Amino acid sequence: MKILVAVKRVVDYNVKVRVKSDNSGVDIANVKMSMNPFDEIAVEEAVRLKEAGMVTEIIVVSAGPTQCQETLRTALAIGADRAILVESDADLQPLAVAKILKALTDKEQAQMVILGKQAIDDDSNQTGQMLAALLDIPQATFASKVVIADGKATVTREVDGGLETIALTLPAVITTDLRLNEPRYVTLPNIMKAKKKTLEVVKPEELGVDIAPRLKTLKVEEPPKRTAGVMVADVAALVEKLKNEAKVI
Amino acid sequence: MAALISLVIAEHDNQSLKAATLNAVAAALQISSEVDILVAGNGTDAVAQAASQIAGVRKVIQVDSPALADQLAEPLAAQILSIAKNYSHIWAPATANGKNVLPRVAAKLDVAQLSDITRVVSPDTFERPIYAGNAIATVQSADSIKVITVRTTGFDPAPATGGSATIEKQSGDAAASNASSSSFVGRELTKSDRPELTAAKIIVSGGRGLGSGEKYQEVVVPLADALGAALGASRAAVDAGYVPNDYQVGQTGKIVAPQLYVAVGISGAIQHLAGMKDSKVIVAINKDPEAPIFSVADYGLVADLFTAVPELTKALS
Repeated sequence: MKILVAVKRVVDYNVKVRVKSDNSGVDIANVKMSMNPFDEIAVEEAVRLKEAGMVTEIIVVSAGPTQCQETLRTALAIGADRAILVESDADLQPLAVAKILKALTDKEQAQMVILGKQAIDDDSNQTGQMLAALLDIPQATFASKVVIADGKATVTREVDGGLETIALTLPAVITTDLRLNEPRYVTLPNIMKAKKKTLEVVKPEELGVDIAPRLKTLKVEEPPKRTAGVMVADVAALVEKLKNEAKVI
Repeated sequence: MAALISLVIAEHDNQSLKAATLNAVAAALQISSEVDILVAGNGTDAVAQAASQIAGVRKVIQVDSPALADQLAEPLAAQILSIAKNYSHIWAPATANGKNVLPRVAAKLDVAQLSDITRVVSPDTFERPIYAGNAIATVQSADSIKVITVRTTGFDPAPATGGSATIEKQSGDAAASNASSSSFVGRELTKSDRPELTAAKIIVSGGRGLGSGEKYQEVVVPLADALGAALGASRAAVDAGYVPNDYQVGQTGKIVAPQLYVAVGISGAIQHLAGMKDSKVIVAINKDPEAPIFSVADYGLVADLFTAVPELTKALS
């Protein structure tokens, strides 16, 4: 079984982004970029499935500028077999990325696609679901456990009230939640090995996909600041404040 | 300009209508005077009845089918799509269910989705947080149908009573014919008599400062009992296994905005702050005076939580 894993290059999760003074967006010049953490979990899960003998080949895909090659090399170092970059400097929105991934899933005849439940830059939480819809195949979002057997994926999902488990007929799309696994550290020998793996670059046009953005960002602003309040000396002072000043208890 | 007719997807468990629906209705009512609610499930008479009472709702469309009993994305999306063309706006609360199903609907309609909106600017323009709430984007959609999930804390709920919408039953054929590719296996819901986290007026949350699940039970739970509060936790506490996943407050967990949020032993990672900084009053108890949580707290107490919290519980009991 072939498996496709989608990864996005985003501002590293440790960076506190700043809004540009002209309100056109956030300033991502000269900030550290990394693989979206949820996608890293997706790569790790694919590699574990391969190690367990369930998967024959892992193809990792990214869509974006040429620098995404670094993100793809990281995925190859974790253990993906080959990579495809769909290179574009355009503003690629979730629907466009879903269309790109659909074209590649069809081309590669992948039986499963795993990707993060959301990217930590635009926080959309859409691409996996959209891909499943475009492919007309089932989806399991927010996965915390994945078991593959007999042409089915049994997936435990993190939902509002706790956990639920569903069974999907393959092919299917799975999006990862935080507790699915803990990604391994990449080792130097694996980084060296990753440099020799195939990384193919294609353009969206070659896939025949419409990537035109549908949403226009009019402006980006700082959120309203919450100012720090007061420090209280002890529990008695806290209770007094909550009762008489804030009046919340 | 085309008529602005909204469809809101009800959040429910076949037995009761969830409060998050009211926030989504409130957002829809800001631009549409004609707002319908879709109650899609199995055996949903009580839910449809409750939905029909929401102030401002025109019509409740009730669809009962075994295929919809578990809110699986494929049949639910198919059911929504069967009536989608009648609407200019399709809304759902940004709950696990809403986030699961709505992008599927958007993709099938070949339109973008606007996720997690916090403000309606105009019928085609909305505000939504990006970068874990560190920036607010104003985005405009050029699509003919707007598909939108609503961050419930961004909108005061529509009144649950005062309406008298008609209830129209429709067939679940669309769902039934899309029901084969996935199936429901089981559910392990956290059993609790407490208020639901996203609807609670008071929340007490515990973090890694507690050190163990036992201490969470010993220290946090009695305080929540004394306050009649819901229980929450930081990602660190959930990852460490102190409490179940559905306790997690934060960017990737639940977004909450209660009247009172008490953070116990939570340092205040950006990720966590993104989920609770819109609370009305925030109290932080932490032994580290440098903890970032104090930068958003209205009342901060630098103290050993193992003595301060039981003392607070006692004072409130």
